[in-house]
Amino acid sequence: MMSDLPLMELKDIHKSFGNVDALKGVSISIKAGECHCLLGDNGAGKSTFIKIMSGVHQPTRGQISINGQDTEINNPREAIDVGIATVYQDLALIPLMSVSRNFWLGRELTKKVGPITVMDFEKCNSILMTEMDKMGIQLRDPTQSIGTLSGGERQTVAIARAVFFGAKILILDEPTSALGVYQTSNVLKTIERVREKGVAVIFISHNVSHALAVGDKFTVLSRGETLGTAKSGEIDFQELQAMMSGNKKLSELKK
Amino acid sequence: MSTNEKFFSSLRSKFSVALLRPDLGAIVGVVLVFLFFFLVARDTGMFSLEGSMNWGIVSSQFIIIAVGACLLMIAGEFDLSVGSMIGFAGIVIAVTSVVWGWPVWLSIITAFVVSMTIGALIGYITVKTNLPSFIVSLAFLYILRGMTIFIAIVSTKKTIIGGVTEAAENDWLAPIFGGEIFTGVFDWLAEQGVIQTFVAGTKAGQPVVSGIPMMMVWAIGLVIFAHFLLTKTRFGNWIYASGGDAQAARHIGVPVNRVKILMFVFTAFCATVFATTQVIEFGSASADRGILKEFEAIISVVIGGALLTGGYGSVIGAALGAVIFGVVQQGLFFIGVESSLFRVFLGVLLLLAVILNTHVRKLITGAK
Repeated sequence: MMSDLPLMELKDIHKSFGNVDALKGVSISIKAGECHCLLGDNGAGKSTFIKIMSGVHQPTRGQISINGQDTEINNPREAIDVGIATVYQDLALIPLMSVSRNFWLGRELTKKVGPITVMDFEKCNSILMTEMDKMGIQLRDPTQSIGTLSGGERQTVAIARAVFFGAKILILDEPTSALGVYQTSNVLKTIERVREKGVAVIFISHNVSHALAVGDKFTVLSRGETLGTAKSGEIDFQELQAMMSGNKKLSELKK
Repeated sequence: MSTNEKFFSSLRSKFSVALLRPDLGAIVGVVLVFLFFFLVARDTGMFSLEGSMNWGIVSSQFIIIAVGACLLMIAGEFDLSVGSMIGFAGIVIAVTSVVWGWPVWLSIITAFVVSMTIGALIGYITVKTNLPSFIVSLAFLYILRGMTIFIAIVSTKKTIIGGVTEAAENDWLAPIFGGEIFTGVFDWLAEQGVIQTFVAGTKAGQPVVSGIPMMMVWAIGLVIFAHFLLTKTRFGNWIYASGGDAQAARHIGVPVNRVKILMFVFTAFCATVFATTQVIEFGSASADRGILKEFEAIISVVIGGALLTGGYGSVIGAALGAVIFGVVQQGLFFIGVESSLFRVFLGVLLLLAVILNTHVRKLITGAK
């Protein structure tokens, strides 16, 4: 099932906003079932890079290929169509609504009652409970509001939703930055679970220890450039931290 | 945990689940209000068939506009132009039918088309400018009221236009707004002596309540429609989402702008239903009709448990809020209390409802 060919490859991505060069040649490649961590301090260009992958921005220069084919992603809809899903920090979950209503929002299952089309709550709820169970979340009730879940559980619901609706490449924007230790470990477990399904995960963070806990590869961004990519086991905490804070390139570090 | 503790903790969780029903406050409120008036006004005839019809009709009027305001508030917006829209739609019907001589059915349809278009315009301006609908609809509160008086004065030199009853004779559409249903049943009940009949005057021999007014039928119909739409359909899910977090909803592909504009159109539709039933019933339209109705609608919705910030609420709750309104307003009249106190009561009730809702919101969102 897993091939050695990269699922998605971004080569030499440049992005300028007027005179400001936000990205000056960023390249990463990611395989199915792999967790690729993208590290960088604030202003390193992480958000711009996410927005290019998710179709919000288009690169000024550079190439995106998916399954070996050159692909243009012109808007978020096209990104979703090729299997790229982004779970943003604000999660796109609506706290006042139930878990079930949130999970199915925009893709509601319906059934006909006479001439009228209504939501099929029974089916929605039972599929949701199964999916949540797979992710290790014990829901009391599918109609409980998202607001009653913990931060880690909400992240997991958002991730489960993206994967359930066909995401092959999952971009997680700082999923652990607002969470405590226990919640973080739950989210990291969730990432493990979706990787096992062959989903490629791009994990954006500025927390080195969270990244090291789940990552297969680590790419450090600084001022719009790639400082280098290392595999898990080839680099330790101090070295990653030094790259992020000291702007040192991987090659310089290994001298 | 001992069995006792378990029992109490499950009881507590059941209690907080019940508390999370948006309409719980309104249900309790209705029970208390009925209990109160049943104790103090039982002998006044308030709960006779005639008396019940009296507060039932007033409640229905509140319900019709509350239903529109409810869905709109859940979608995250307000419409302060409802009262002006009522006056406007009424004058449109009266001017086109009485002054211009159009058939009444055409006047009614015209009023619906014009108000719903204005509703769409208010919605369009709101979503395009990103301004609070509070301000946009406040502008229309003045624009529409001004236009209404202007049209009435220019066409008839008066602000009250009568003669609709004569114009509506034999019209096929007017009875849908101004008639009664089940009149046969009520006649029969009167013959059986179940309902009292008038003993004197022109109506002698006729039952004191001759049927269910269409106003009530519309109120019940709108509640059923809106409740079903909100809780059972995919569009209802989008209404909640649009008010709960418009940005998140857009991100997931919900057509938030379309949902919001349609809810403004629906609010205008409800206002026009209200206006039409009144015009047909009174046989006249007045340019100052509907003043303060927008606030009464919003208060009903808030008593019904909806959050002012959108995303949460209940049509049934709003309808019960409207019933509380109707019963208290008419009840004070039955027990002979100075009617100005009704407004004091309303203000207090509104304040209590908002405080309760804010607390419920904290419980749902887990915010401290």
